[in-house]
Amino acid sequence: MAREIYQAITDGILVGGVYALMAVGLTLIFGVLDIINIAQGIMVILGAYLSYELAARLHIDLFLGLLVTVPAMFVIGVVIQYAFIRPLRGRERMSMTLLVSYAVALIIEGILYETFGADDRQLSAWYVTSSVHVFGFYLPYIYLFGFALALLLVAALYALLYRTGFGRSVRATMQDETAARLVGIDTNRVAAITFGVGVAVTAAGGMVYGATNSFNPNSGYDLISRLLAIIILGGLGSIGGALAASIFMLTLESLVDIWQPTWAIVVFYAALVIVLVIRPTGFFGRQPVRAQ
Amino acid sequence: MSKGQILRVTGLVALLAAAVLFPVVFSNPVYTNYGVYTLVFVAVASAWNVFSGFSGYISLGHAVFFGSGAYALGIAARDWHVTGVGVFGLLPLAAAVGAVIAVPFGLIALRVRRHTFIVITIAVFFIFQLMAYNFSFTGGSSGVDAPFLPWQASTYNNPFYYITLACAVGMIALAWLIRRSRFGLQLRAIRDDEDRARGLGVHAMRVKLAAFALSGAVTALVGAVWFFYLTQVQPPSAFDPLFDLSVVLMAFLGGLGTVSGPVLGALIIEPGQLWLTANANGYISEILLGALFLVAVLLVPRGIIPTAGEYLRRLTTRGRAAIPTASATVPQAPDPAPAQEAQR
Amino acid sequence: MTALLRTEGVHKAFGGVRALDTCTIEVDEGTVAGLIGPNGSGKTTLFNVITGYNKADAGEVYLADRRITNSAPDKVFALGIGRTFQLTRIFPSLTVMENMLVASQHSRTGARKRAMEQLEFIGIAGYHAALAGTLSYGQRKLLELAYVLVADPAIILLDEPAGGVNLSLVNHIANRIRELNAAGKTFLIVEHNMEFVMGLCDQVTVLDSGTVVAAGPPDIVRTDRRVLDAYLGEDIEEPEDDPDSAEDE
Repeated sequence: MAREIYQAITDGILVGGVYALMAVGLTLIFGVLDIINIAQGIMVILGAYLSYELAARLHIDLFLGLLVTVPAMFVIGVVIQYAFIRPLRGRERMSMTLLVSYAVALIIEGILYETFGADDRQLSAWYVTSSVHVFGFYLPYIYLFGFALALLLVAALYALLYRTGFGRSVRATMQDETAARLVGIDTNRVAAITFGVGVAVTAAGGMVYGATNSFNPNSGYDLISRLLAIIILGGLGSIGGALAASIFMLTLESLVDIWQPTWAIVVFYAALVIVLVIRPTGFFGRQPVRAQ
Repeated sequence: MSKGQILRVTGLVALLAAAVLFPVVFSNPVYTNYGVYTLVFVAVASAWNVFSGFSGYISLGHAVFFGSGAYALGIAARDWHVTGVGVFGLLPLAAAVGAVIAVPFGLIALRVRRHTFIVITIAVFFIFQLMAYNFSFTGGSSGVDAPFLPWQASTYNNPFYYITLACAVGMIALAWLIRRSRFGLQLRAIRDDEDRARGLGVHAMRVKLAAFALSGAVTALVGAVWFFYLTQVQPPSAFDPLFDLSVVLMAFLGGLGTVSGPVLGALIIEPGQLWLTANANGYISEILLGALFLVAVLLVPRGIIPTAGEYLRRLTTRGRAAIPTASATVPQAPDPAPAQEAQR
Repeated sequence: MTALLRTEGVHKAFGGVRALDTCTIEVDEGTVAGLIGPNGSGKTTLFNVITGYNKADAGEVYLADRRITNSAPDKVFALGIGRTFQLTRIFPSLTVMENMLVASQHSRTGARKRAMEQLEFIGIAGYHAALAGTLSYGQRKLLELAYVLVADPAIILLDEPAGGVNLSLVNHIANRIRELNAAGKTFLIVEHNMEFVMGLCDQVTVLDSGTVVAAGPPDIVRTDRRVLDAYLGEDIEEPEDDPDSAEDE
């Protein structure tokens, strides 16, 4: 029994790392642009499909393929932000961007259905199916690599945010857009690039997700609702919070899964609701989540 | 009554008459089917708007009420052995279920910022969908079936048409009354500046919760009717994410916070959706729905009704100021005596 | 004259920043009191503490000897303290009349009539059907004053009522305040416009770095050395103590 628990915890942490990859981009977008990008879920799936195509047609290794998919998703993100999100103005901006991102998600989902059909796919490679045997536990290589990739990307994001001039602009815009503009920061550019970065990170998340789960165009819904729960729990806009919350939630789900697989996912959402009742700002929430 | 008012009332009466006579003129069940579905959405979009449009708290989880109402009716009919027309008598129960769910739902969800509120509604939506799949009393993935109605196929739709018409008209009237009332005013003040409204004595939580419960009750009621019409309910149809998105789009397209906006939005979009589902590949309709959304948001961001209203206003005032300018009402020249005092 | 509004030793810190430090002020009933001080001296914070938008870390607030410290904003409003904001807060998507009706929920019958009277008094009655969001800055200030008045508060806190508006409007506002004061309303006004304050107020309190440095009639306060220090910094030279030279009174 104890053994199962330890395995579950380890699984939870590793899978949590994968989810962190996807959640971090989402929370970053919120922090800078103040919008909830509902399309993030389907973007992950898109990233998975892109990796799939590269692997299936050109036989490119999944991790190497990231060198193509990540920049590609970055460009897609920038284009979406520029075309559909930037023009939105007015007092209803928040709800409008939410609906727009939902609409974009629908369109992408429809396109994926048309292009790839509704069948399940899964990415495969030698490291997907084999694991390393440590202390009697099975640690699938893909999860280890994925977790390492997650740490790498989070570290890279921190470096970007805290060690570069661009990162400073991003943080300034996060705190006060008007003030940032007054000191000469091109907030439109910052917004576009941040959105692109947030989406590009999902390419990496998509690859690992696609390798560890079978997916089809419909998988986006479940994914986005989990990601939303994670970033709310971790605190909207907090990257560290997204990482912590991912690991926490997935470990929790993994543990409940031992007893009651069908209820594991409900626990996920229930945890969100409970935490919000006790602590409305989430673990590391920056802004007060008070009714505005 | 002024000429404008007489015109408006006549127009409404004519519209109502047309709606009532619709099944008589277009008696083909295909058309009345369109009618039922459209009226379902007119009612739900209107109910949704009374809460979300007026208060500014966008709910993406109203399917929770819709599906719960459907299941409530089905489960009650099944467990209490109600059959035939008597099932309609259970409708108030469905509405009550909706209201009862809204209370804890609202108490948790309405305490947080608007961004988070939206996410909570999504989370609760998924919780309910999962519960529907996993609980035995909801019938798992097979769902619940409605009792058989021994009606003729050619006129089967008509009673449902009139019931949904009653729901829709009732909801529209309710929305109109609320908008004119103090309750509606408080909701809209909350939407503009909740803290300031609170500071002026508005009991924000009570007001929001009341609107939420009302909206939920009506949505649940309509959901129950819809279930009976379809004769079955299952988790994916009762709790369908596209349902929420459609409702939001309808209210948005017509104009959030107006009374006629959601009606117009539903009248435009629902028949379109039905046609697409019947005649086109299901996925194409998804793409089109998304594309329509984008077009709506970018071209008529405030909705058709407000934009049209402003357009008309511009036509009728034709460049002249609609209201007197500042100099007419605020004194311009300072009184000499007080000015002296002010400068001492 | 009794003190209608009183604070005693109020402390408020935001993180490491001490916004209010042992702040004690008194506003006598029926007076127009001014609250001045350099930027960052804590004036708006004091307003926030009095009206419940910020919680005091220590100290008390009294309304007619009744302790109201840390009461919620709506309770404070119900007890008879009205308040305007530096950046006007109105309800943009509601009409001017509807703005008034939000605040007047206490008086159900004749609410509209009363609201209209206030609008006429303030001078924006012609706009009653206009969307508040279309009003100019000055008109919004008037609207805010109007809807605060509609609930008939005993004391009104005005946060920079003359800020950013033209001279004729400033005088218009000053006159309205005078008329209301003559009818018995008490005012506490935060302002930077010295002419406005000196010409209008019976008593002036000066804040610097969260503490009261001077309080009294305007003429005395404006020449108080501590007040000059507060506004101009510590570089004030002490004039020589020469009984023959002309000293300011």
